[in-house]
Amino acid sequence: MADQAHAVPKDGHSGGTRREFLYLMTAAAGAYGVASVAWPFISSMNPSQDVLALSSIEVDISSIQPGEGITVKWRGKPLFIRRRTPEEIKAAESVNIAQLRDPQTDKDRVQKPEWLVLIGVCTHLGCVPQGEKSSEPRGEYGGYYCPCHGSQYDTSGRIRKGPAPLNLAVPPYTFTGDTTVKVG
Amino acid sequence: MSKHFKNPVVRWIDHRLPVFSYLDHEANEYPTPKNLNYWWNFGSLAGFMLITMIATGIFLAMQYTPHVSMAFNSVERIMRDVNFGWLLRYLHMNGASMFFIVVYIHIFRGLYFGSYKAPRELLWQLGVLILLLMMATAFMGYVLPWGQMSFWGATVITNLFSAIPLVGDKIVTLLWGGFAVDNPTLNRFFALHYLMPFVILAVVMLHIIALHRFGSNNPIGIDTKGKQDTIPFHPYYTTKDIFGLGIFLIFYAFWVFYAPNALGDPDNYIPANPLSTPEHIVPEWYFLPFYAILRSIPDKLMGVIAMGASIAILFVLPWLDRSPVRSGTFRPVFKWFFWMLVFDCAILMFVGKNPPDWFWQPFAMHVTPAEEVVAAAGVADADALWPITFAGGTLGIKILLLGQLATLYYFAYFIVVLPLLSIFETPKRLPLSISEPVLKGGGKAAVAHAHSKPMEKA
Repeated sequence: MADQAHAVPKDGHSGGTRREFLYLMTAAAGAYGVASVAWPFISSMNPSQDVLALSSIEVDISSIQPGEGITVKWRGKPLFIRRRTPEEIKAAESVNIAQLRDPQTDKDRVQKPEWLVLIGVCTHLGCVPQGEKSSEPRGEYGGYYCPCHGSQYDTSGRIRKGPAPLNLAVPPYTFTGDTTVKVG
Repeated sequence: MSKHFKNPVVRWIDHRLPVFSYLDHEANEYPTPKNLNYWWNFGSLAGFMLITMIATGIFLAMQYTPHVSMAFNSVERIMRDVNFGWLLRYLHMNGASMFFIVVYIHIFRGLYFGSYKAPRELLWQLGVLILLLMMATAFMGYVLPWGQMSFWGATVITNLFSAIPLVGDKIVTLLWGGFAVDNPTLNRFFALHYLMPFVILAVVMLHIIALHRFGSNNPIGIDTKGKQDTIPFHPYYTTKDIFGLGIFLIFYAFWVFYAPNALGDPDNYIPANPLSTPEHIVPEWYFLPFYAILRSIPDKLMGVIAMGASIAILFVLPWLDRSPVRSGTFRPVFKWFFWMLVFDCAILMFVGKNPPDWFWQPFAMHVTPAEEVVAAAGVADADALWPITFAGGTLGIKILLLGQLATLYYFAYFIVVLPLLSIFETPKRLPLSISEPVLKGGGKAAVAHAHSKPMEKA
């Protein structure tokens, strides 16, 4: 009984604050423990080292004719490399970027105006747009047309019409020679 | 508690581990309302389908290889070389459709007869959870044959998560285990597809425990009030369930043996090609209404939220419908809205199947591509078309608009119609007991006598 009397401090604050503190600390330590055990499990689901290691390729672009493009696989995704005609370059550069949904100048999207390098994945839900070959539909803006939900991209790969929110992504790449490009 | 069994071995075991008493209590003497109709067969049918899917699935897994370069061929090998492989696969593949048919009927049964109302809210919510788990399982299972629809279905659906602000792309990479749907994705989907049915099984157990707490609802929707209202589950409902199962198996067997690929997409017999997207990506029929809701909202994130909400709203349904009368039989106005919801879901299914920019021409009974409507209407391009338009001498409604109207009704049913009906609808008088309509010779006459309040104890 005497012990219980001691447990209530004189300021009338009842119920062991020290015990509450210990509960809290134990719970926090437990939560930290659970999180640190869960981390490796979740992390194991992320791309593994071998998947990351495959992330750069070198492509020979000497055989691509103006107005045509090739599709190669990079990181499991289609990569578009297109050799633009002077008209296509002009069309891409002359756009008033204020009208664009995802405003970007053509200059920001290419290193050499003749070569357009893009990740060929529609930014809506991940389909592969058509238009790499001149025989495929290219949409109203002469670039790419996504068959899934009708997104249309211009000759710079910028979204112009349809449900996609963003321009086609530009991967990191460098020209390692006049006819080779290294992506990744 | 424990019952006296004649068999001494059973008695010995039951004394130490009362499984026989438990089964006897829950599946034999278990008191069940005596007026259940055939809509109440679908719960046990769903249980039967779960067991069928697990059984066929385990044997298929013994032959299947979860690798991008071998998965498609291993499925073809199951079809051609494995003894009865074709049967196992067709049972499993069509079984998924059968499972969803049965579960959807089971859900609509619950919606009509108010099985979600107090005290069965948790029972209902566990059921919705089972539906969600089933959807995840079915989606991952569809990826395993690694055909074109498998691959692109997986791509589109996992990409839905990229709509989440800030962390969306990271979540998608985590789901994929790479930078596109690839071998790590196929591997984990196989592992999870094998795991999920057992999670479902566990939730089904909870579903049954919650069910047996207050017993089945019934077509009249009033509580059983004693022994005179109930009959033991066995042999009455075991017999009725087995009879229903026989009819259902004829239906199931028809698909398996006469139209095994009718419910699937032929494109899935083309091996997955990450560099080429099929013309029209369409999910399996049981996902079509949700896919239609997703596409009805032009904004990517809002579309995903709407699709999630279409299921999430079922979780709070017991608190949206405040009417104390359970059964739709005694709710003259509710009935109409309920059947409109059934019709609405059929429309959503139709919308999900067709491209959103096409036009449905109801009088010509035809769905027409946008270009043809543009040509017939003589306008410059598809942008110049009204969503409701006359072209080629017949009325056309844009699939997108139809989907938006159907989506609107779907949500309005739960958020507007049910809460308002709870206030403004005058239900018919309820019978005093389950027995009364039967004993007094016909429901109508008996109802006229019933002046007491619906929930009053006899």
